Amino acid sequence: MTLSRGTKMLLGIFAIIAGAFVYVPLGIILINSFSTNKSLTWPPTGYTTEWWSKAVDNEGVRSALLTSVVVALCATAIALVLGLLISLAIARYRFFGRESISLLIVLPIALPGIVTGIALNNVFTSYLGGLTFLTLVVAHATFCMVVVYNNVLARLRRMGGSVEEASSDLGAGGWTTFRLVTFPLMKSAILAGGILAFGLSFDEIIVTTFTAGPGITTLPIWIYQNLFRPNQAPIVNVVAAALVLVSIIPIYVAQKFGSDDERAGGVI
Amino acid sequence: MTTTTATHRGFWYRHPGLRLGGLLTAPMAWLVVVYLGSLGALFLTAFYQVDDFTSQVVRSFSLKNFQTLFTTSAYYQSVFRTISIALLVTILCLVIAVPLAFFMARVAPRNWRPVMIALVLTPLWASYLVKVYAWRSMLQPETGVIAWFLKPLGLDGPGYGYVGIVITLTYLWLPYMILPVYAGLTRLPDSMLDASADLGAHSGRTFRSIVIPMIFPSVVAGSIFTFSLSLGDYITAQIVGGKVTMLGNIVQQTYVTNLPFAAAVATLPVIIIVLYLLAVRKTGALESV
Repeated sequence: MTLSRGTKMLLGIFAIIAGAFVYVPLGIILINSFSTNKSLTWPPTGYTTEWWSKAVDNEGVRSALLTSVVVALCATAIALVLGLLISLAIARYRFFGRESISLLIVLPIALPGIVTGIALNNVFTSYLGGLTFLTLVVAHATFCMVVVYNNVLARLRRMGGSVEEASSDLGAGGWTTFRLVTFPLMKSAILAGGILAFGLSFDEIIVTTFTAGPGITTLPIWIYQNLFRPNQAPIVNVVAAALVLVSIIPIYVAQKFGSDDERAGGVI
Repeated sequence: MTTTTATHRGFWYRHPGLRLGGLLTAPMAWLVVVYLGSLGALFLTAFYQVDDFTSQVVRSFSLKNFQTLFTTSAYYQSVFRTISIALLVTILCLVIAVPLAFFMARVAPRNWRPVMIALVLTPLWASYLVKVYAWRSMLQPETGVIAWFLKPLGLDGPGYGYVGIVITLTYLWLPYMILPVYAGLTRLPDSMLDASADLGAHSGRTFRSIVIPMIFPSVVAGSIFTFSLSLGDYITAQIVGGKVTMLGNIVQQTYVTNLPFAAAVATLPVIIIVLYLLAVRKTGALESV
């Protein structure tokens, strides 16, 4: 379809405006972190790096960061194992209920976080004796599974079954084929899925609010708790800016290791 | 020869059913027991009550929670407001995403694509809370960025409230719409568009009769996220909503004191979304989720 120059120009201008809509707020966050103002005020009246060094030394920020990393690592480990198993089953077998499983695994991220959160909260507090660190990890692993699954499944579909058949024709058993053929070919998809799962868990707040044991403060929870405290605004600004910068890492890795259709981030 | 191969290939090769069972047992146990089990329990709890004196959950069935929800005006207004917000956000995402994705997939040079995809993905992976917080400073009355920008024009920003929530949620979920639509557009074969042009259709007609039907499943896939994520959000309302509350806020405010009531409120989005998922399953949209 041939578009007129005018239409192309209009679409281009639209893309620039949409880009501004997406990036201006993130830019504001970065600028605000250097503002001398103690409350959220635009435009800043002066610039300083004082808050960055104060944030680095902040005990609350540090321990929250550590908690977030530990939770995300545990959840990612579980999600990797379970996501990998399901994607192998869905990609390589035809069986009754296959469609339902592919629907079921999307549910934890397709349903709003508050539903997953309150459902797990209900079971944990009413039947399993309350919220702990473990309940938080279980909750996170449940919705992280899907990104691993999506990434690995996309790779398996693209690989097709022929290399595995070739391996098997050459006399390799199932495990040998997996170890020497299937796994090496999907390694980068697993890595990309794992990093996205980590990112998803690291960032989660709603499910976390409902499933974290008392006293467990992840970084998003810390931000949330300090958001409305007037004196903390500068530190919150710095943490927010740091998180914007850190978010480039998973994108970079997924771009590097994922292939074209996996670049969508595995979320979609 | 056949016998040696068979023995060589071993037990697992000869029992594909067991192999499949081995793959599925652990993840299915997790998804069915932990997840579906919890959802099931949530549905049951929605029909329970809290004893007024002991504050304990009483496991007796009644529709009282749903009755309260639909007869208390603050509650049902919140529910309808939430649905209207979710619909508006989905429409806005669609209106922004389709031209943008079209530009990315069909107008811009091919070698720009990886960069543009990265540009769309980066905000997706920026922290959710940080993005809402960014809009808090954008929308802030008097001292916010929008207010500052509009002041010379003699206008005032929308401040915190309904409009603020809609803008922020659109911002949050926009990438979820752009990505599937973009993927759908790149999958569209050039030959199909050429054929349409050869048969005399101008670009508007081609867009209407070819492009839109072809990307429809992608749009549905995107709308699942924009709609569902908006329905359940309460943090955005807390941060940029001012006094405006959403369905999620009711859940969040009541779950400690009255878990059954919170459960009843939380089942509403589930019912709406499951109906939606079942309706769209036929379009093949779930394959592109």
